[in-house]
Amino acid sequence: MIKAFATPKLTGAIAALVLGLAAAPASAQVVFLSTQLRPIEAAQKLRSEILKDFPGGVEFVTEQPPQLGVHIRAEQQGGKPVSSLIGALHGELQPLAADSLMPLDDVLATLKDRGLNAGMVEAGKLGTDKQMFIPWMQATYIMVASKQALPFLPEGADINALTYDQLAQWGANIQAKTGKRMIGFPAGPTGLMHRFFEGYLYPSYTGGVVTTFKSPAAVEMWTKFRELWKTVNPNSTNYAFMQEPLLSGDVWIAFDHVARLIDALSRKPDEFVAFPAPSGPKGLGYMPVVAGLAIAKGAPQADAAKKLIAYLTQPDVQVKTAKAVAFFPVAKVDMPADIDPGLKLQIDAVQRMTSARNAIVSLLPVGLDQRGGEFDKVYVDTFQRIVLRGEDPKAALERQGEALKRIITETKAPCWLPDRPSQGPCPVE
Amino acid sequence: MREGRLLPYLLIAPSVLFLTGLFLFPLGQTALLAFQQGGSWGLGNFHRMADDLNFGDAMANTFKVVLLAVPLQLALALAMTMMLRQVRRGRDILVWIWSIPLGISDLAAGLVWLAILTDQGWFNSALFQLGLISSPQAWLTYETPLALLAAIVIAEIWRATAIVFVILLAGVQLLPKEYEEAAEVFGATAWQRFMRITLPLLKPSIQTALILRTVLAFEMFAMALALGGRNFPVLVSEAFNWQYQSQDYGVAAAYAVLVMAISIAATLVYLVALRVPAEQRA
Repeated sequence: MIKAFATPKLTGAIAALVLGLAAAPASAQVVFLSTQLRPIEAAQKLRSEILKDFPGGVEFVTEQPPQLGVHIRAEQQGGKPVSSLIGALHGELQPLAADSLMPLDDVLATLKDRGLNAGMVEAGKLGTDKQMFIPWMQATYIMVASKQALPFLPEGADINALTYDQLAQWGANIQAKTGKRMIGFPAGPTGLMHRFFEGYLYPSYTGGVVTTFKSPAAVEMWTKFRELWKTVNPNSTNYAFMQEPLLSGDVWIAFDHVARLIDALSRKPDEFVAFPAPSGPKGLGYMPVVAGLAIAKGAPQADAAKKLIAYLTQPDVQVKTAKAVAFFPVAKVDMPADIDPGLKLQIDAVQRMTSARNAIVSLLPVGLDQRGGEFDKVYVDTFQRIVLRGEDPKAALERQGEALKRIITETKAPCWLPDRPSQGPCPVE
Repeated sequence: MREGRLLPYLLIAPSVLFLTGLFLFPLGQTALLAFQQGGSWGLGNFHRMADDLNFGDAMANTFKVVLLAVPLQLALALAMTMMLRQVRRGRDILVWIWSIPLGISDLAAGLVWLAILTDQGWFNSALFQLGLISSPQAWLTYETPLALLAAIVIAEIWRATAIVFVILLAGVQLLPKEYEEAAEVFGATAWQRFMRITLPLLKPSIQTALILRTVLAFEMFAMALALGGRNFPVLVSEAFNWQYQSQDYGVAAAYAVLVMAISIAATLVYLVALRVPAEQRA
């Protein structure tokens, strides 16, 4: 009886196994390895709305940013590379430039009509004299507020030119009137809070990120931010995507990556406003995020990957990408009139932020390779010490500064914007 | 004849090979990795681990959960087993219902409890409906460490008491009825019979259940991550962070070795404290 039962199942399983093995090599799709669009929903949208129209098909695979370098080098050292196209941020591609990427000058030459952003194309050389990546899409971090919060804005404050002091006052006003703490930050384990410190708070208050890490201006900055935190929703240390607490009404004012705010804005464009990040004494620090497309050396599908680059930079595909995942175009495109109103709100806010007179561009960490995660930990640990545990800012900065120094010394990373260029490793002054 | 003697070894060989290859070997590698830094041997990884901001918290949180949850689980499971002994009809259904949490993954269980305890969750909704609160009350933040600890302990008890219960139930079913009946004849009360006869006879099962449960509790991860996030670091979540976020395999390995050492120590304590006399082992 048992035997009779098991046999068809077993044969079925074996057949499936054999079929699976036989089918695997037949699908010669180009493998697209990306550190971007990792959230399942974003990846799924890319697959089903954008990549499905590419002839020949694409296998879209994601990888954690700190692991990208290890992954690509492991494939190359293994002698049987699988990934052809790499999609990653500027700073993530940098460490691969020396020996793992294929120059793409010929591809760039065929993309003359795209009107790619010149600054980003230049950044795509990654410090070499060859084109190492082609810009793919861009993003940044902005603020979003519920319209319910607007009546509480401090007197005389312009929401499009807010200072951090005014933001703190705004939060305090809301707390005084409603008894609730309605500012939110993505400080949970999978949130992007570290980018707020690296790209926004530090540049705005100190004009630098690494060199000014423990400067007197930084001490003042942390003291003030600790004050501001008193009006921040304590659930912030659990938040990952700020669109969720914004939609549920747990917070009224939030900072996050545009792709992690878009849901709130496109579902309820009439209930939210988007606006630039605040300014500090040194200016408005902000972090532009450029994602690029590169081809791995020895890629098994290099030609298909080149075609995929051409496809992804087509103006209509760039618009589709913006609509699907809220990363903005890098090619010259005319945004259609029927564009999602939430996306429109974001584009306007980003425009105002990047064109602000006191804007300070601050890049994602460059040259840290797989130590990027540890670098981020320095900033988050400092935040935990000073703001959440109330340690003395000066002592905490001194202690965390040692950790920062060790990472920079070991990777020999030179300074990146907004820190002034350095000869050799970026000094922590 | 010779073939007959070899057969048992041949039959268990695949599982032994499997465990050696996929468990013992990586275990050895991890242990070696923990004592290496930049190609040289030393305790650098352990220094960095102990020096880290979250180490003290992770250690304290892990022990708090284990010391609170495991004894409560044992008491609950004993009570459940004893009650079940008196049940005649519907016994199977009860066993089935009580074992439901066994079939749910840690993370799913964590997310269920998160849905209950989050600000707009079911617990707050219920309190609001009852008129006990007027606005959402936070339970899982760094400002409410006691509520957070309680939530995690309760969730752990809900999730993992069933495994203790199942082991004890199996043990109870093997107990001979004669001893208890004799005690009853001599006038022992129910409590006396439980303390003097059932409990000592159950010792082997209790030992197994405690070892299993404690080792697993020291490895708790998904529940703490889902409910506590950054606010409730435990040893294994720190190992995970060092491995995947900071990409420092050495420190992650040091954490793994520490968890292993604690687990071995706990097992030894149980083996000694709940030693079963040779005559009972039969």
